[in-house]
Amino acid sequence: MKKIIYGAAIVLAILHQDFWYWDDATLIYGFLPVGLVYHMVYSLLAGLLWAMAVFFAWPSHIEEEAEQSIQEMEKNTAL
Amino acid sequence: MTTLIIIVIYLGLLLGLGIFSARFSRGTSEDFFVASHSIGPVLLLMSVFGTTMTAFALVGSTGEAYANGIGVYGKMASWSGLIHSAVFFIIGIKMWSYGRKYGFVTQCQYFRDRFESNAIGYVLFPILIALVIPYLLIGILGAGSVLLGVTKGALPAVFPATGGAIPPWLTGLVICSVVLTYVFLGGMRAAAWANTFQTIVFMIMGCLAFYIISTKLGGLEAATQMAKPERLIRGDHVPQLQFLTYCFVPLSVGMFPHLFQHWLTAKSAKTFRLTVIAHPIFILIVWVPCILIGVWATGAVIDGVRIIPEGARANAVLGIMVGKLAGSPYSGLVTAGILAAIMSSLDSQFMCLGTMFTNDIVFHHFGKDRFSEKQQILLARIFIVFIVLLTYAFTLFEPRRVFTLGVWCFSGFSALFPLVFASVYWKRVTKPGAYACIVTAAAVWFYFFRDSNYGKVPDYLVLGMMPVAVIFLCSTIAIVVVSLLTKVPSQKTITKYFPSSAQEV
Repeated sequence: MKKIIYGAAIVLAILHQDFWYWDDATLIYGFLPVGLVYHMVYSLLAGLLWAMAVFFAWPSHIEEEAEQSIQEMEKNTAL
Repeated sequence: MTTLIIIVIYLGLLLGLGIFSARFSRGTSEDFFVASHSIGPVLLLMSVFGTTMTAFALVGSTGEAYANGIGVYGKMASWSGLIHSAVFFIIGIKMWSYGRKYGFVTQCQYFRDRFESNAIGYVLFPILIALVIPYLLIGILGAGSVLLGVTKGALPAVFPATGGAIPPWLTGLVICSVVLTYVFLGGMRAAAWANTFQTIVFMIMGCLAFYIISTKLGGLEAATQMAKPERLIRGDHVPQLQFLTYCFVPLSVGMFPHLFQHWLTAKSAKTFRLTVIAHPIFILIVWVPCILIGVWATGAVIDGVRIIPEGARANAVLGIMVGKLAGSPYSGLVTAGILAAIMSSLDSQFMCLGTMFTNDIVFHHFGKDRFSEKQQILLARIFIVFIVLLTYAFTLFEPRRVFTLGVWCFSGFSALFPLVFASVYWKRVTKPGAYACIVTAAAVWFYFFRDSNYGKVPDYLVLGMMPVAVIFLCSTIAIVVVSLLTKVPSQKTITKYFPSSAQEV
């Protein structure tokens, strides 16, 4: 799952360069330039990507390691 | 006058918040500097977001959209949505763990230990301070521009030189004083609570400003129809290579001293989760209305008269649009929201400066036990006031565009990103490599910054790219090449920072 998320992040980075909308003056809903809408959707996708990263690729081992170290330090201090 | 009254009330509320939060202060330096590690996920999200959403995001983005169109969202906001959270994820959580395990409060403490070098802190400290100053500067400049635009005609007898508007020098003085007061009263806890309050205020007021301005211009479609057509696309205003290389700018969050301090104030690593997910969405909520307002401003007219006079400075666009279209009392509320965004960044930066000075210079040199808790807090305050006065002095010179100056500031921190990334993920990085990275980043950054006339040239490029791309490349090459050519770190350090793979390098 982590590899899928990292891969998705790279794909999203590549898709940032939306040259196909560069000179497109289309208005969405009559007021939103399509070049702006594309990047608004991009931001939403970024949020979704990071939600997936949090739920499926959270580095729990970092937390566990830190808490373990603190407990050991506290134990040593008590002794 | 109503606008001014609302602003004064808002500033009073902030002071009240500072006094209230001071009741919860434990009086220790740890509480003053890092709120005793007691800040939870919602407060952290609001605090981090409030800190990163500055005058750059409101005043700067509106001005940039006015000058160059919708491309500013893609340049900064959408890249930041992807990259900021990535940096929080891959660097922030690791930094939290080091802070919790080894008691680091500042970056310099971490880098000194990681690279087994006391002197590296003395090299890094002035560079970080020098880069924070422009960050303060854009906040004070932004506030001054907004109030100049919003309060035009309010007090003609008192301020005839500015057409009755509050002069920027006075705005700067007032907001610096308010922020210093509530930070001095409550420390990091007051900053975190104020950030939460102010983040909510500026998000609500941003939406309100957008609604009122669009209504006054005849609706969303009519407002967009008024805009200059070339601002609705990127076209020639945004070269493709420039757009691509803007991706380096958001890497700056990996080295922002005040964000590092925020990472330390989290209760646990889990408190980062909400920030990582919500950050891109919050950026969208703030930036899109500002950019549309900036684009609309290019052609906005009421009764046949242009809202923005020809030749108006980009920094002034948001203030003028709010002042002329929002009307009382909304212009007061919206202005309070803008000031909220600005001050929510200033407070964290002020706290950060004090923490850095006391920990990285005073304690490191003289020893912490030499000073009482009260003396420690006093030293921090003295340094903060010194830097704020210095920054305030800079605001009295010819102003630069907020967006441009902000990008230069971020570029400096981005240029140092290879340092933090290598320190976390590369066992082979050495002390000389770290020095090479810092010195190269600082030297190349300053070279280009000076060449741009200290930010006066708004679209300064190097080989068609954002200067940050070239500076980043130089600092990366420096750290890699010099590390490979110099002695490896001690086994003790490698084991400490890479415990799961503690082998000889």
